[in-house]
Amino acid sequence: MMNAIILFVALPLFAAFLLPIMGKFFKRGFDTFIFLVVLFLIFLSLYMLIKPPAMPYVYKMGGWPLPFGITWLLDSLSVFMLFVVNLITFFAAVYSIDYMKQYTCKWKYYCLLMLLLAGLNGVALSADLFNVFIFLEITSIASYALVAYGTGREETEASFKYMVLGSVASAFILLGIAVIYAKTSTLNMFDMARAMPQGADSLKLKLFIATLFITGFGLKAALVPFHSWLPDAHPSAPAPISAMLSGVVIKVIGVYALIRIMFNIFSLNPVISELLLALGGLSMFVGVVLAIGQWDFKRLLAYHSISQIGYVVCGIALGTPLGIAGGLFHLLNHSVFKSLLFLNAGSVEYACGTRELKKLGNLKEDMPHTSWTSMVASLSIAGVPPLCGFWSKFIIIVALFQANRFFYGSLAILVGLITLGSFLKVQRYIFYRKLSGSLLKVKEAPVFMCLSMAGLAILCVLIGIFFKPILDNVLIPASQSLLGGREYFITLLGI
Amino acid sequence: MILFLMDIVLFLIGLYAVVAHRNLIKKVIGFGIIEYAVNLFFVLAGYKTGADAPIFEKNIPGMIFVDPLPQALVLTSIVIGLGVTALMVALCIRIYQHYGTFDVNRIKDLKG
Repeated sequence: MMNAIILFVALPLFAAFLLPIMGKFFKRGFDTFIFLVVLFLIFLSLYMLIKPPAMPYVYKMGGWPLPFGITWLLDSLSVFMLFVVNLITFFAAVYSIDYMKQYTCKWKYYCLLMLLLAGLNGVALSADLFNVFIFLEITSIASYALVAYGTGREETEASFKYMVLGSVASAFILLGIAVIYAKTSTLNMFDMARAMPQGADSLKLKLFIATLFITGFGLKAALVPFHSWLPDAHPSAPAPISAMLSGVVIKVIGVYALIRIMFNIFSLNPVISELLLALGGLSMFVGVVLAIGQWDFKRLLAYHSISQIGYVVCGIALGTPLGIAGGLFHLLNHSVFKSLLFLNAGSVEYACGTRELKKLGNLKEDMPHTSWTSMVASLSIAGVPPLCGFWSKFIIIVALFQANRFFYGSLAILVGLITLGSFLKVQRYIFYRKLSGSLLKVKEAPVFMCLSMAGLAILCVLIGIFFKPILDNVLIPASQSLLGGREYFITLLGI
Repeated sequence: MILFLMDIVLFLIGLYAVVAHRNLIKKVIGFGIIEYAVNLFFVLAGYKTGADAPIFEKNIPGMIFVDPLPQALVLTSIVIGLGVTALMVALCIRIYQHYGTFDVNRIKDLKG
């Protein structure tokens, strides 16, 4: 049964392979096919999450014994990431059924989406450093192509920017892997944790490797000194892809891969922790400040993504149990509400043909479903109490104060307030403002787009209400596997 | 050691080309240089002075081999690099069709 984890990568890859063949012979039916694939995957990941089978489970590719061969690891953290990835992909795929009618050649889009999904699942599962790099590149190449999917002026420019910076990031990551390999002569992450030299004289080497990885993964995650591609790339993609990019891609190939290496191979030393905390705090603040002056809906959301990823990194880099749990919780919440907001932006653009806040207005009556879902999402991201965003921000802020990081704690509160103000502006300009007649009568988005948005909005409320069971059953075990540090990976070597 | 340092210098030359050049194609070439530098670093990591190609033969005792694993990894990474470069060049052609230029300073519809 546990061998089924191979399906997380194999099924999307096979679907991506099958789609061009189907595209040759069929005109329709792709929607149903992709819907079935993602539905199966979300149920599989839900099953793995709810009924934890023998965890942690190590899958040995081709039956090779442990330090050799490629290994995959399914533990409480990677199962959590798998669930987040497949959840957001499911809603994005449902949304695409109607939204992608604007573009030609739907099967090409679905083919790239499936490659993206295969890469993300692979990064979440893999416990072999070079294998992580391969899946990371699959994800990156699929997302470069998806950003340029419209092939207009802006899309190509944004995609080129993203591609150059993303490829340089990949080169940095590969250089880091090469240095680690030169030192430890192994690629298996468990064996690497064992062979990593300890003691004071190895600190310089560790910092060198950490710098390479932080540069590489920081570029992928758009932490602040490396963020310049994100506000161009995320708005230029089609709306469901913006939701995927902001919702999961920057987290899985940026934050998740980085924390796996930093915690489980290096055992997070204080210097790296301090560096990550500073980068997180900087992204939190700079992202939100840059978002204030934006009048393009999707661009504003993209800047808020930078700011929110700062919260996640701040929480996790703290290294305390509460901080890590809060960071992971915010990762889940951010993928839910930010995807929802990007889908809302897509609906608004679909209905009105523009996403300039100054040209929109009065959509509350015309687009009731988009309006209420985006209200829920805005309140969530701003951290209004019963909704999901509040709890994770609250936990992160409490953890920061508990660890005597008063500066970062107050910064997080300040950024939360600015976020609230910024989203009140969005709500007022798009939905609640009375506009005298410049907009024609607009129609509500088609049914599948509404269903997808409503699903995510309900999820926002449910996570907010049931935060305690989620925290106890999912996030605390997930944070345990990071807290276990290097010793946790060394024990896995014996399985 | 000197080889590794020169390899890092090669990496930095590539990085300089990506960052400083205004022409899109030169950026792509710069990325190619970065790619080569990283691959070379990997191969150097597995290199031993005076060692042989890693082909096992029974009759020769005490032979030392270079590490074969980096070579396999570099092959994979070259293939990935090929894919990325092809996509980049394809995108350059599209950009040229839209803007009529390769100069980044004249391709700025999006405000940074």
